[in-house]
Amino acid sequence: MAQSFDRQKAKPHIAEEWVGKIVTLLCIALLIITIFSIVYFVASKGLSTFFKNNVNPIDLLTGLKWSPEGEPPFFGALPFIFGSFSTSILAALIAAPLGFCASVFMVEISPKFGRRYLQPVIELLAGIPSVVYGFVGLSVIVPFFRDVFPGQGIGIAAGALVLSIMILPTITTIATDALAALPKGLKEGSYALGSTRWQTIYRIVLPTTLPSLMTGIVLGIARAFGEALAVQMVIGNAPHIPRSLFESASTLTSAITLSMGNTAMGSLANNALWSLALILMLMTFVFVFIVRFLEGRSKL
Amino acid sequence: MEHIGLTAKDLSVHYGDRPAVKKVSLDFAAKQVTALIGPSGCGKSTFLRSLNRMNDLIPNCKVTGEIWIRDKNINSPSTDVVSLRQKIGMVWQRPNPFHKSIYENIAFGPRYHGIKNKKALDEIVEQSLKKAALWEETKDRLNNSALALSGGQQQRLCIARSIAVKPDIILMDEPASALDPVSTSKIEELIADLKRDYCIVIVTHNMQQAARVSDKTAFFLTGEVMEYDLTQNIFTNPQRQETSDYITGRFG
Repeated sequence: MAQSFDRQKAKPHIAEEWVGKIVTLLCIALLIITIFSIVYFVASKGLSTFFKNNVNPIDLLTGLKWSPEGEPPFFGALPFIFGSFSTSILAALIAAPLGFCASVFMVEISPKFGRRYLQPVIELLAGIPSVVYGFVGLSVIVPFFRDVFPGQGIGIAAGALVLSIMILPTITTIATDALAALPKGLKEGSYALGSTRWQTIYRIVLPTTLPSLMTGIVLGIARAFGEALAVQMVIGNAPHIPRSLFESASTLTSAITLSMGNTAMGSLANNALWSLALILMLMTFVFVFIVRFLEGRSKL
Repeated sequence: MEHIGLTAKDLSVHYGDRPAVKKVSLDFAAKQVTALIGPSGCGKSTFLRSLNRMNDLIPNCKVTGEIWIRDKNINSPSTDVVSLRQKIGMVWQRPNPFHKSIYENIAFGPRYHGIKNKKALDEIVEQSLKKAALWEETKDRLNNSALALSGGQQQRLCIARSIAVKPDIILMDEPASALDPVSTSKIEELIADLKRDYCIVIVTHNMQQAARVSDKTAFFLTGEVMEYDLTQNIFTNPQRQETSDYITGRFG
């Protein structure tokens, strides 16, 4: 069959290869250019606060007072950083146990019912727009907190609760996939030694899938960290560190969305907001690296 | 130590409507190795899994008939499956060590059956590993991950793990088919050793292995036992044409 290697005949084949290669290459190039321009843009804007306006980065990270329009202006972003971290971590603390238990139920206890009905319902939560979450939080959670706890009801507690519902699908879906992917032999091995179902779940299933479960939590925290609208609606947006969970506070995202429209491009106040955006972006990178690290560990 | 055997009577297994094992009656004596042979899909593994009620874990799987240990039918709904499985250990084709240290793999079973004393656990770990012929290779690295062991070592670890809960009967589902020849012969030596203390039932695709390690052999075909006899008789003087065809390699 020597003629099948004929160059003349093989040509359309080679052309096809090339077209495919070039199209995919162009797509990935476009993506990479976009990502790098965003990073460059945010970084150059965010860093100009330090280089052009001579704001000390340490002051920005540790200062407690935020008044960019004041005389003299203060750029203390610590209240926002604190707000972002406390709401996201608190949200993960609420959502993680719920998500784990839900996924254990769906995979181990009642797989038929769980996989067919519960999982789609939980995944549906991910599709609800964040403004709806914020609205529900504002009209249900905030009044409830106001009645039960001292304060206005707005604050970190309300923000964390709204966020926890928003990140529940992320944590649950990843946990469910991890549990379902566990080799069947491990569970059988445990049962065959005379373990009960709970001993098996508690001693074998959860420890073995722990890296994947942690991945879910970190992705959940990352999502909570970046969420702006829903949090902004229920947190109160006062630029200071609150003394209780039910006192008005701010996050990095809510600070940016609230003031972005009111500052002139290139002004000091505007640049300061870009610095907040830079902090957000860097934190997101950190989360991505943590996830990568955990994923590497989960491949046992 | 009292030696206990196992008797299956009219045992049938259905997956949904499809019968996988049809009214099998077999008697497994203590201190003996019984091999179950037969072509793929003949129901021998399913039968084996029924003996320690592992098939309970599979939805749609129905096991009917009786399994007698001493004077108890363990295939009844009132059986405490958890304590039953302590008495009947199981080893699979693919080694399935837990993602824990060697020590923790062995201590796993005893610990959850109430042995908390560190010294007693140490003793069980050492004895079990010795019985599984793994002690010499692992005594200096008991706290290392079990996943770092070779496939053959992992399989012996799994055997040690099931010995640690002091069973009477050990079920083995093709325990050497995923291993290299050297590891396989180690497992076979081990089976010969363990025979002194336990009733062993082994499913195997390897005819030579069945001939080497077992005292009695049952030949399964399409969910039924065609022939059950001393291994020697099965391999040298089979009574049925199907058995003869299978062991001479004409099908399967």
